Parts: sequence; C-alpha cells; structure tokens
Amino acid sequence: MNMSNLTGTITKNRVLVVFAFLLIFPFLAPYEALATDVLIYGLYALGLNLVFGYMGVLSFGHAAFFGVGAYGTGIAMVHFGVHWVPSIFIGILMAGLTAMIMGAMAIRTKGIYFAMVTLALAQCVYYIVYHMGELSGGEDGLTGVSLKTVDLGFTTLNIIREPLSKYYLVLGFVMVAIFIFSRIINSPFGSVLEAIRENENRAQACGYDVKLTKWVAFSISGLFCGLAGALSAIHLSVVPIESLHYHQSGLAVMMALLGGMGTFFGPFIGAMAFLMLEDIITTMTSHWQLFLGAIFMIFVLFFPRGIWGSILHWISRR
Amino acid sequence: MNGITLELFVMQMFTGLALGTVFVLMAVGLSLIFGLLTVVNFAHGAFYMVGAYVGVFLMGVTGNFWVSLVLVPIVVGTLGLVIERFLVRPLYGRGIDYPLLLTFGLALVLVELVRIIFGLEGQSFDVPEVLSGAVNIGVGYFPLYRLFLIGVTSFIVFALWLFIEKTSYGLIIRAGARDPEIVRILGVDISKVWLIVFAIGTGVAGLAGVLAAPMRSVIPDMGSTVLVEAFVVTVVGGMGSLVGAVVAGMLVGVVVAMTSLFWPSLADLSMFVLMAVVLLVRPQGLFGQKGLMG
Repeated sequence: MNMSNLTGTITKNRVLVVFAFLLIFPFLAPYEALATDVLIYGLYALGLNLVFGYMGVLSFGHAAFFGVGAYGTGIAMVHFGVHWVPSIFIGILMAGLTAMIMGAMAIRTKGIYFAMVTLALAQCVYYIVYHMGELSGGEDGLTGVSLKTVDLGFTTLNIIREPLSKYYLVLGFVMVAIFIFSRIINSPFGSVLEAIRENENRAQACGYDVKLTKWVAFSISGLFCGLAGALSAIHLSVVPIESLHYHQSGLAVMMALLGGMGTFFGPFIGAMAFLMLEDIITTMTSHWQLFLGAIFMIFVLFFPRGIWGSILHWISRR
Repeated sequence: MNGITLELFVMQMFTGLALGTVFVLMAVGLSLIFGLLTVVNFAHGAFYMVGAYVGVFLMGVTGNFWVSLVLVPIVVGTLGLVIERFLVRPLYGRGIDYPLLLTFGLALVLVELVRIIFGLEGQSFDVPEVLSGAVNIGVGYFPLYRLFLIGVTSFIVFALWLFIEKTSYGLIIRAGARDPEIVRILGVDISKVWLIVFAIGTGVAGLAGVLAAPMRSVIPDMGSTVLVEAFVVTVVGGMGSLVGAVVAGMLVGVVVAMTSLFWPSLADLSMFVLMAVVLLVRPQGLFGQKGLMG
C-alpha cells in the first residue's frame, strides 16, 4: 500500500481513526486532565474550523460561543439545580442562539471586516456576562459547577476521583460531535462551504445563497463551540470570565492554524501540540505567551498549512 | 434624571470628546494602514501599550514630558518600520488573513516582552505641572490635560491631512491606495510607501498610548481593550476612511460619555450598540466605500 492509498483509507474512515486514537490517548498524554483539555479544545477548534478552515471566513468571536456554552450549562446547574445532561443542552442551545444573533449581524460585512465585527460583538457578550452580577459571578467567574458522580445505569462513575472516567465521559460527547461534523462536511452543504472559500462570487453566481449559507455555518459552528464550553464547565467546575475574552477566540484560531485549517484532523492535532507545549514550557518559564506568539508567527510565515496540512502536502507531492 | 443640568451635559460632552481623541488616533492609524496595505493590524493595541511604556521609560531618563512626547512616536514608528519590513512584508499577496494572524502573534510577543522588562505592576505616569489643574471653559472647570489632548489630536489629524492631501508624497500615498499596480508601473517603489505608512500608523498608536497614559493605568494588558475600541470605531467610521475615523472616534467618545452620565451600567455596552446599529443601517460604515469591503 503506498502513501496516497494510506491517506485515502484514513480519510474514508476518519471518524473511526480519531475514535481509535482518542481511546488510547490518555495513556500517551502526560496526565489525564491534560488529555481531557485536548478533547475540549480540539472540539472548540473543530467548531471554528467549519467557518475558518472550510468556509474561509476568519472569525475572532468564537469565545462568545465557548463562554456562553460554559456559562449556560454552569448557571443552569448552579442556580437552577438542573440535571447535568439537560444543562449541557441548555448551554449548547444558548451558544447556538448567540451565534445566530452575532452571525446575522456579522454576515452583513464581507472580507476582513468579519474578523473585526465578530471580535467586537464577542467582547460585547463579555461585558453583558460581566455585568450579570450574582448570576454569572461577574469578575470572579462562576464557581461551584460540581458534578461528582455520573450514574450510567449499569455503573456509577466517580469523575472527581477518577480523572480517566471523566476523560471517557467527555469523549462520549466529543465523539458524537465529531461524527456529526464529519457528516456535515461530507454533505452537499459542506461542498457549498468550500465553494464559498474558493470563490465567493462564483458560488453566488452558481445560485447558492451565500449569505444564508454563511449564517447557517456560523450558527452550527457556534453549537460545536458551545458544547466544548459546556464540557469545559463540567471539567473545571468553574467558568472563568476569561473564557469570554477575545484571547480565548484567539486560542481556537491558533490551534486550528497550528494543526492545519481546513483539514479534519488539524484542530485536534493543533490543540494537542498547543496544550502539550504549554504544559512543558510553563514548567520552565512563566513567559509561555512569548513562546506562543513566536511559534505562531513562525507558522504563519513559514508553515501556513499547519502540522497536519504540511504532512498531507508532503505526502501528496511524493 | 434629577440634577442633570445643561452645564453638566456640556461638560460631559467635552469629556466625551477628550475620550474620543484616543479613539481617533488609534482608528486613524488602523485605517491608514488598512487603506494602503489592506492589513488589519491586530498588534495596534500592543503598539499603543509600547508607546505608553516607552513614555514611562523616557520620562524616567529625561524627566521631560515634552521630550518624551516627541520621541515616543519616533521610537514606536521605528519599531513599526522594522516589523513591516521583516515580518509583514513576506506575507503580501498571500491572502488578507495572514498579516492579521501574524500581528495577533506579534501582540502576544510584545505584551510578554514588556512584562519581562517592566514587570506586572502598573506604572505611574503623571500629568506635567503645566498641564495639571483645570480651566474655566464657560460652563465649568474642565481638566486642562483633556483640553490639551483635544488640541494635540486636532494638530496630528490636521498634519496628517496636510501630508496626505497637499504634498507630492501624499499624492503617491493616495494613488497607492487606489491602485498599487499602476503606481508600481509608473516607477514608484510602492513597498517603500507601505513601509512609511505602517511606521506612521504605529507611531500615531504609540503617541496615543503615551497621551492616554496619565488617564488610564499603564499595564501590559492596556492594549487589548483599546484594540477592541479601535475596531468598533473603524467599523462605525468605515475602514480606510480618515474622515470616518475622526468622526466615528469623536462620536463613540461622546456616546460612551453620555451613557455613563445617564445609564452608568450600560457605558461598557453603548459603543457596541452603536456599532450594531451602523451595521444594520450602513454595513460599510458611515464614510466607507462600498467596494472596499470585499
């Protein structure tokens, strides 16, 4: 089997490949909590990749969906005593709603304006949540999102004591999301996204409603990021206000680009590289941000395809 | 609404204009750079922050506010010059997103470098003796330093306008904004023009930083809020329009000042509401051209 056959097989069974890898991943990662972070941030970057990588529209506002997903889930659990499973769906729905509203405004602009408008609108969400007082915890963030045990019917997971059980709990949600994501980009809708990326005017001329497609893709992308946020609330048991800041949006952009935007595995590889590197560098110096910025600039300048994109490119050239 | 007199209203108007000066300076630089280079400078807030810190440093060395005020834009502009030449220039022709992403990374690096050099604590930057105090402007006493801000900003905007509209170099800049290809064919080294425009834009951002330093606290993160504010102003005014940057900067300043007078809790949000309204009514911004967005 030559190389291009191999990549063909991987692409055809990509969901299974990701699943197999993520099943054994906690045993490869330095510790389980980091592995869970990779799942959550991989999903977050995956959600952004739908608009950034596949549709070619740069959004700097996805922190709003991650944050609203986290706050929505957390507030439902802490203040209203809702069971954790419906709470997650409340978080996802609220993130989706936020994406629909933000998207409706942002699609009125084109090109580079989109990044600026999404960033400003997300910052607006930041201030709204910041001023919600007791409901959101304001500057201190939301604390006390506690989920100690999960009753699966046949067994009970003690996710506080067993980080590995927590990993597999999160993995369950992430795998469903990855499966749905894979179906979306394989659908005719997914092809329209790529048509918009390649040439927006041509897609319009072909009769596709570009604005509507952008809005729908933006909203769907918000749902995925909302789930990532909801899972992060359960994982950390707090929701810091920083999860709404535009630096959080920047994280998803950096992970997607580092891994390879517009590729299926890229966001997870990017999240993995990012978080593991952060884990190593922060043990040596407190100036991780300096290295992060420098590494990111090097990728933008010399490896814009990202890690996975560069590997794919290298294989296809042989 | 008790106690809100006409005098208070007018005073708040002036406060808004003074607040707007920082927005104007930031948006003018951002817009100028975008208009010519089609680069959205995400490090604009970081240059603003560097300007404030260079100001603090120069004040410590020279002890003279005026010397610092003149030197800061030169130092920050030179930094911008180097960055355009070695980091941004390789990205031209590679799509509009790449310079934006690069400057995002650059902002992280600049902020962290300042943290390493100056530490995490805020620095103090005092208003010089001559500019402290308040003067009577007819409706009440207004801080002299804020009047000074309005004066300096008017001067800078006027000087930029003269430079771009009335000099032969400005003619090249305007031509370059319209069609860089033709300018190049006519034998002008357009990359030199871009270099200078990037330096001017970042220099003005540095100046905004040092001017704002006495009013806002000088911390390494000070650029991140102001970047968002500058984006809002640019979207409201219209990308690439100098007039738009000035009018929108003042407008946003006054809107924020007025909401903090009438509904203090909504002050943070008012500028975003304004932006949303502009997006709904006139997506290209108040003074933006329709074609520029694509």
